[in-house]
Amino acid sequence: MESYLNLFVKSIFIENMIFAYFLGMCSYLAVSKTVKTAVGLGFAVIFVLTITVPINFLIDTYVLKPGALKWIGPEYETVNLSFLSFIMFIAVIASMVQLVEMIVERFSPELYGALGIFLPLIAVNCAILGGSLFMQQKDFSGITESAVYGFGSGIGWLLAIVAIAAIREKIAYSNVPAPLRGLGITFIITGLMALGFMSFMGIKL
Amino acid sequence: MSKYNKLPKEAPLILFIKEQKEPLFSKKNRALLTDPMDDNNPITVQVLGICSALAITVQLKPAIVMSLSVIAVMAASNVIISLLRDLIPNRIRIIVQLVVVASMVILVDQILRAYAYDVSKELSIFIGLIITNCIVMGRLEAFALGNGVWKSFLDGIGNAAGYGFILIVVAFFRELLGSGKLLGYQVIPDLIYEMGYVNNGLMLLSPMALITVGIYIWLQRSKNRNLIEKN
Repeated sequence: MESYLNLFVKSIFIENMIFAYFLGMCSYLAVSKTVKTAVGLGFAVIFVLTITVPINFLIDTYVLKPGALKWIGPEYETVNLSFLSFIMFIAVIASMVQLVEMIVERFSPELYGALGIFLPLIAVNCAILGGSLFMQQKDFSGITESAVYGFGSGIGWLLAIVAIAAIREKIAYSNVPAPLRGLGITFIITGLMALGFMSFMGIKL
Repeated sequence: MSKYNKLPKEAPLILFIKEQKEPLFSKKNRALLTDPMDDNNPITVQVLGICSALAITVQLKPAIVMSLSVIAVMAASNVIISLLRDLIPNRIRIIVQLVVVASMVILVDQILRAYAYDVSKELSIFIGLIITNCIVMGRLEAFALGNGVWKSFLDGIGNAAGYGFILIVVAFFRELLGSGKLLGYQVIPDLIYEMGYVNNGLMLLSPMALITVGIYIWLQRSKNRNLIEKN
């Protein structure tokens, strides 16, 4: 139990998707103009990451890893399909996003109205594919671990986008030099926030 | 969903408009190549493909390898999608695009692993992330789905080169100021170190990539005032 908690805290703060790896930057910059939309996209990311990371973990363990096909029969022990991982992961992500979109549309029209436009965007959010690729590198021991990792990374992403959206709402009232307005100042603020987040790096869990 | 249903009805109209023959490197086509370098730069103006641009710019070498990989992937996938553009059903186009891009990226990844193993280790997951690099998807959606093969090819090369240009500028300054080297060779003479010059270790930290890009945007927009945002 304790190790799950460690992993959870680590994936939120120490290995924050945005401030440590800059994943999902494109939608982070594009959708952070108001806090409300930022929260919507953040929850959609948490949702999709929590679903796709464990599914990709299963695919990686039982199909793609060297020797993963052993469960079919001993003659498959030497098969190594790991070069297919990019295409498998992205196919899972794209189809899961489509599926989630359809389920949400059917059962919760309100949530669909709120998340609607963000869901298709998520298929091409690097944070989602990044989550699966990091999962592959980290060699998790079980499906729960990978689910906790996906969930934590999603929360870290939500925190980051809500924080920058709040700052951008406030900065609209300040006198920023004209060429820095909009994108430029957002980059610099994100850089400073990332420097702040680096202070978590010393924490050993 | 209404926006998806609308498109196929309009599509046949486009087929009737005959394209005029124009020379391979006409003014318009040249603009496709040169615009993304400055006025319409994918990173600093279109805000596409930022994730990978920031994480791999500590040194010049991986930045150059990354730019070349993105140029290869974008040119190839733009051409393929442009060839298939009339055959792809609208509703599943994102999955089709992702599969095409993913196969191109796998090719690049395998080639890098075979011929430049240490660089490919250094780039780790970022080669894989070219798949979801919004610059590739963005140009496929915005350009290759509606334009001919040759134009899409030029657009792919132009945008990827504009992306690579920023990558290389940022990596140049980070490696020069952060470790006093370029491409791994020391360029700042020992004499200056003896006089008390110290490398700025801060430049090696990842947040400085963001601030470097921010400063580049500042310079670019002070030079080119049309790009200034209202708020």
